[in-house]
Amino acid sequence: MDGLQTTGRMGLFLAKTFAFAVTPPLKFSQFLKQIRFIGFQSALVIFMTGAFTGMVLGLQGYYTLNRFGSAALLGPMVALSLIKELGPVLSALMVTARAGSAMTAEIGIMRITEQIEAIELMGLNPFRYLIVPKFLAGILAMPLLTAIFDVVGIFGGYLIGVKLLGIGEGTYFGEMANYIRMRDIIEGIYKSLSFGVLITWVCCYKGYYVGFGAEGVSKATTQAVVLSSVLILFWDYILTSALF
Amino acid sequence: MIKIENLYKSFEGLEVLKGVSLQVERGEILALIGGSGHGKTVILKHVAGLLRPDRGRVNINGKDVYSLRGTELEELRGHLGFLFQSGALFSSLTVFDNVAFPLREKTRLSELEIKEKVLTVLDQVGLRGAEDKYPAQISGGMIKRTALARSLMRNPEVMLFDEPTTGLDPVIAHTILDLIQFIHKELKFTGMIVSHELSRVFQIVQKVAMLHEGVVLFVGTPEEIMASKDPVVRQFITEALRVPASAMKHFDQEERLHQKG
Repeated sequence: MDGLQTTGRMGLFLAKTFAFAVTPPLKFSQFLKQIRFIGFQSALVIFMTGAFTGMVLGLQGYYTLNRFGSAALLGPMVALSLIKELGPVLSALMVTARAGSAMTAEIGIMRITEQIEAIELMGLNPFRYLIVPKFLAGILAMPLLTAIFDVVGIFGGYLIGVKLLGIGEGTYFGEMANYIRMRDIIEGIYKSLSFGVLITWVCCYKGYYVGFGAEGVSKATTQAVVLSSVLILFWDYILTSALF
Repeated sequence: MIKIENLYKSFEGLEVLKGVSLQVERGEILALIGGSGHGKTVILKHVAGLLRPDRGRVNINGKDVYSLRGTELEELRGHLGFLFQSGALFSSLTVFDNVAFPLREKTRLSELEIKEKVLTVLDQVGLRGAEDKYPAQISGGMIKRTALARSLMRNPEVMLFDEPTTGLDPVIAHTILDLIQFIHKELKFTGMIVSHELSRVFQIVQKVAMLHEGVVLFVGTPEEIMASKDPVVRQFITEALRVPASAMKHFDQEERLHQKG
């Protein structure tokens, strides 16, 4: 019964966020602040994660493909794995850990210290002021961060496959161009967009309906990260099976 | 005018308000007194529309708070100031930005006009020089004064004060209450104040309501409550004021003189 109630409340929260997101005015300064926080400030961690993921894919892919005499297909293998799957999913998990947890903690602390009530009493709408800018920034930042992850990952694979293991540069990139379709890229963008919605929705909701005191905030933050991560993987499966 | 009619509220089965009715006339301040946990803050939050009652109504200047939605409610709140017990300052903003916040968000004033207004109010509350500090860098008294300045920025018609002096030393507490009295003379707002500083609060307010176990036990002027014969009221007032018995006797004598007169 509690679970049903929570699901309903989460659904209403999302509907309310959507409604305020599509009706002006948008708090543009808050939106830019959130773009900076969720997008720009996550770029380094995304860069690092993308680079190492690409490098590992380069290594593992080379040795696996080599067994079947298909090492020349390393480029498409690295690129497809990144664009369709690992790029969107790992970027989303990293953003959840870095920005999602901070969102929950920030909103949660504002709730327990009555700052959200203060916003309401100034005649401002907390959804418009606090939630919508984060929501829109998440939707915009996720595909861009995923694109960075993909590009850096492909170069990570290149570094290992071409520079370290000796595959031809033309082979690595040429085969990639032969095998990757626009549809694969669009699929990755769809995924990252939906992950942007998911992360901001869950993390803002958990902060907005936080429990009491410091313990409540810490519990909400943990729950937000765990729930977002599980939902990202679950939703990834649903989307993958629906898009193919 | 604030009119509270037959307010009932429960939290997880615990009945906190059991039919509270109160009226505060325009330009009047009412002190809500009573022991901790008897529902004083809950009443203030109902008046501000932050909580919805199980039953009952609250009218502010003729408008039913709970029937208002969206922009209507935002408009009503534009004329309402609330001083939270904790101050509820935005921790990521400086004192100046906290006070300027309502003006930046709800008015079309230029940054220069905002600066002028904010500095004037900060001067009034004795915070000139602290405008670049963050809430974490200032004392409890300064937090309350900043919050007071912020709540006054849009010249509210109704002010609600939730324990504005709790946790402050007596000197700072009296300074805050002096400020409230001074600002009331200037703005003539209708107000409700929850406070345990009875001796000073009774000099500011025109009416006192004592809340006990979710019901209003007494409503009257400060003089009337001081002379009350109700044992619960008397015990609370005596404890709160730490008035010696002789002083209470003085009130008894005064009351007798009144009756004779």
